[in-house]
Amino acid sequence: MQVFEATTSPRGAGDSGSPRDNVRRRFIQVLLGGGLLASAASFIYPVLRYLIPPAATDMGGDTVVAARVGELKPNTAKIFRFGSRPGLLILGADGEYRAMSATCTHLSCTVQYRSDLKQVWCACHNGTYDLAGRNVSGPPPRPLELFDVHVQGEEIVVRRKREA
Amino acid sequence: MSAFALVKDWLDERFGWAELTKPLRKKTVPMHRLSYWYFLGGITLFLFVIQVCTGILLLLYYRPSANEAFESVQYITTQVQFGWLVRSIHSWSANLMILTAFAHMFSVLFLKAYRKPRELTWITGALLLFLAMGFGFSGYLLPWNTLAFFATKVGTEVAGQVPIVGQWIVIFLRGGEDVTGATLTRFFGFHVAVLPGITTLLLGVHILLVQRFGISVPPSVEEQWKRDPSAAREMKFFPNFALREMIAWYIALGVLGALAALSPWGLGAKADPFVPAPAGIKPEWYFLFMFQTLKLIPAKIWFIDGDLLGVLGFGLAGAVWVLLPFVEGLKWRLARVFVTGLGVFALAYIVSMTIYGYVAK
Amino acid sequence: MSAIHNEIMQTRDGERLRGTASARASQAWFLLAVAIWVAVAMFAASQAHSAALPQAVQSTCVDCHSALDANLKVTGEQYAQDIHAQKGLTCAGCHGGDPTSMEAMDKKKGFKGHIDRKAIPELCAKCHADGAYMRQYNPSLRTDQLAQYKTSVHGKRLAGGDSKVAVCIDCHGVHGIRAVKDPRSKVFPLNVADTCARCHADGKYMQGYPIKHDQFAGYSTSVHHEALTVRGDLSAPTCTTCHGNHGAAPPGVASVVNVCSTCHVFQAQLFESSPHKPAFAAAGLPGCVTCHSNHRIVHPSDSMVGTGPQAVCTECHTQGDAGFVAAGHIKEQLVALQAAIGRSDEVLRRAEESGMEVSQAQLDLTSARDQLTKARVTLHSFTPKKIDDDIKVGQVTAEKTRLAGEKALRERDYRRMGLGISLVTILAMLVGLKLYIGQIERK
Repeated sequence: MQVFEATTSPRGAGDSGSPRDNVRRRFIQVLLGGGLLASAASFIYPVLRYLIPPAATDMGGDTVVAARVGELKPNTAKIFRFGSRPGLLILGADGEYRAMSATCTHLSCTVQYRSDLKQVWCACHNGTYDLAGRNVSGPPPRPLELFDVHVQGEEIVVRRKREA
Repeated sequence: MSAFALVKDWLDERFGWAELTKPLRKKTVPMHRLSYWYFLGGITLFLFVIQVCTGILLLLYYRPSANEAFESVQYITTQVQFGWLVRSIHSWSANLMILTAFAHMFSVLFLKAYRKPRELTWITGALLLFLAMGFGFSGYLLPWNTLAFFATKVGTEVAGQVPIVGQWIVIFLRGGEDVTGATLTRFFGFHVAVLPGITTLLLGVHILLVQRFGISVPPSVEEQWKRDPSAAREMKFFPNFALREMIAWYIALGVLGALAALSPWGLGAKADPFVPAPAGIKPEWYFLFMFQTLKLIPAKIWFIDGDLLGVLGFGLAGAVWVLLPFVEGLKWRLARVFVTGLGVFALAYIVSMTIYGYVAK
Repeated sequence: MSAIHNEIMQTRDGERLRGTASARASQAWFLLAVAIWVAVAMFAASQAHSAALPQAVQSTCVDCHSALDANLKVTGEQYAQDIHAQKGLTCAGCHGGDPTSMEAMDKKKGFKGHIDRKAIPELCAKCHADGAYMRQYNPSLRTDQLAQYKTSVHGKRLAGGDSKVAVCIDCHGVHGIRAVKDPRSKVFPLNVADTCARCHADGKYMQGYPIKHDQFAGYSTSVHHEALTVRGDLSAPTCTTCHGNHGAAPPGVASVVNVCSTCHVFQAQLFESSPHKPAFAAAGLPGCVTCHSNHRIVHPSDSMVGTGPQAVCTECHTQGDAGFVAAGHIKEQLVALQAAIGRSDEVLRRAEESGMEVSQAQLDLTSARDQLTKARVTLHSFTPKKIDDDIKVGQVTAEKTRLAGEKALRERDYRRMGLGISLVTILAMLVGLKLYIGQIERK
């Protein structure tokens, strides 16, 4: 049986052979070594970059930090991003935080808080909702989805209500 | 003396390195026109190693809860540097691994490498393929997107068809009556702890057996070599075959990189148990042939429930498949033809059903 | 009427009516009558089945009338679902008589029988206009329906002797009047248009009246109809929203804007302070409907604006006047923002398709779309400066998102470059390995 095997070891082979062979051997060594190093670098580089935690540590989800304590004055509100949709965080005149979806149930415009009316108002067709998100006048057919609000330390955390 | 040689000597002195690696250095690989098929096992192993590495990397950021799973995967792909690459490679490599594992299995079948004394190698291999599919099934749910959610719902439902213990299996798999966050936690556990543990063990046995028995030569080539011993060729495993295997690995790596960069694995929409299932829910391609079969079976055959028949059928087929080497060992004239025929039929069935599953609405 | 009545009385109470004939015969007759009575009662009960009449209002009227035909038929089911019956009122409430006794239709007990159409509004109003009475049942129900009705075209014509016009029962039904909030009620929002159309879309019926009968056909193609029936928005306008229900009449030229503004507040406010307001008034044109039509109010599109073939502006403005120029400018601005949004959308879509995450930019782009919607509302000020301001904000956002999309595409190219580099190193390795194998295996 014929067996293919390394007839020369790369190390020992340098001593014998023609100069042309030596050049060829050297070239192969450089190519292999370089390729090995470069390809190793091209895995290690992304992996090292991957290991660095990104600046934004908030992953989002059903919970989001909508604002910081003190950011809102009583009887004002702000729009925050909740997933891919806007949410409305209201600090009522009574000092209570309330949060709800900011997408009008009529034609999906973004609603706003009216300090003068103490109501949530949609500018597109004059729909109004009360502070519990219920549609009280105008065209909106359904209430706004209400979210849970918790104050955790300095952060005002808004959470989607859990079903069951 | 080079540093490498120094380390080697140091090890040799203490552990008998030379002794330990002797079988590896003595190991040879038969060379013939079908030798190319020998690479498949190695490629599958390589892809498995990639899975382990990228999987560990993903674990750094992934959060296994229904509330955060989707967001954490989104975070990995958008916020973490090269996170998209790691995740895409993990997903693509998983699919390629199952593909090469299937190819490896069929090549072993058609090259008749499962014959005595290699029955156990075949059995561990077949079990490893099932485990790989288990990895695929459990991993598919982890991003917690709509498609995965419903595919898991359908997939686990099938287990409920198993007689007597069916309902128990479903509850065991789902961690409750329905697919919920509890299922996600469970699948995560299976995916990163249970399955890797069993797989590593079986893989060790599988590779050890391959080393023990050496590489099988297909009967046709063997006969030819018997007639003309001068035609027999062998190659040293190390370094000749290993270098060639390395070429295959590098090619696999290039393919993976290209797939990940040019066609990053999508994420879909977050699973919402309260929305109706989207139309055309299909499992991953490697389950499609089973899925399609179950769809085609009539609701009732005679008095037996169609789905039950399908599940039992696949269970039986899987068992026969695992025990295939023993069929050939039977004192039966047609045993060899039967096994090959079964292999051809299985391949044709899987391929055609998979294509049908893709085309069918 | 009375003939039929007597006949039934004979069947039912034959025994009692002719009880003096003979004791024996009367016994036999009595037994037969009881049998028939039980049979009829059981039949009626089975008809009413689960409707389960309140025992207290069990009415003898229904027992017979459920077996009658045509106008005289009142089934137990109708009776059971009638809001009045449910509140404990009986047939006698409208028709008089005494439904608890066998002499239900005794004129002495105030039985009225058939009620003339012309008397119906007043009859219903006897309770429905009585605040103190209605308060017992539904304190929030209005009691001015009759007063309103008298101001309606229907009411006026009825007073003038035209009995073809709608009275209470034509819309609310007669026996089996359901509460308005019952989806099966003929005046439930989803059913109002069909109810009005029963007469108003009937060309033959409407002959001799000075109005057309295509309102329903027009309304059926309108955006309001779509909102109501397709989107299921029960607050969307139907006939009565603009015309009033009990006081139904077409809004006058001057009040059109007021009517539309109950929902379209902004557009109305803007219109009120726009140069169109005095101009329309001078020309005797109503607001809103001049451009949007009345019943066939389709979803407005940008093609209504400008100087193009479908533009409504050119109805009044002609080449060369200031309004013509302004219309052209406004249209241009709307189209420009639309196009900018389209471009951003396209870039973002391409980025998304190549696997880039651009959800934030896509979210931002919706605010540019909101801005376009806003500009389309501001349009009703017919003041180019105000519209330009809205457009400008939208343009800035659209531009920002487009840049975000392009950045994502550059990132994609960067990834591809990275891939290229690593593929080159891989290729170098492959060549190196191949050559190395060749070298060590060279004999």
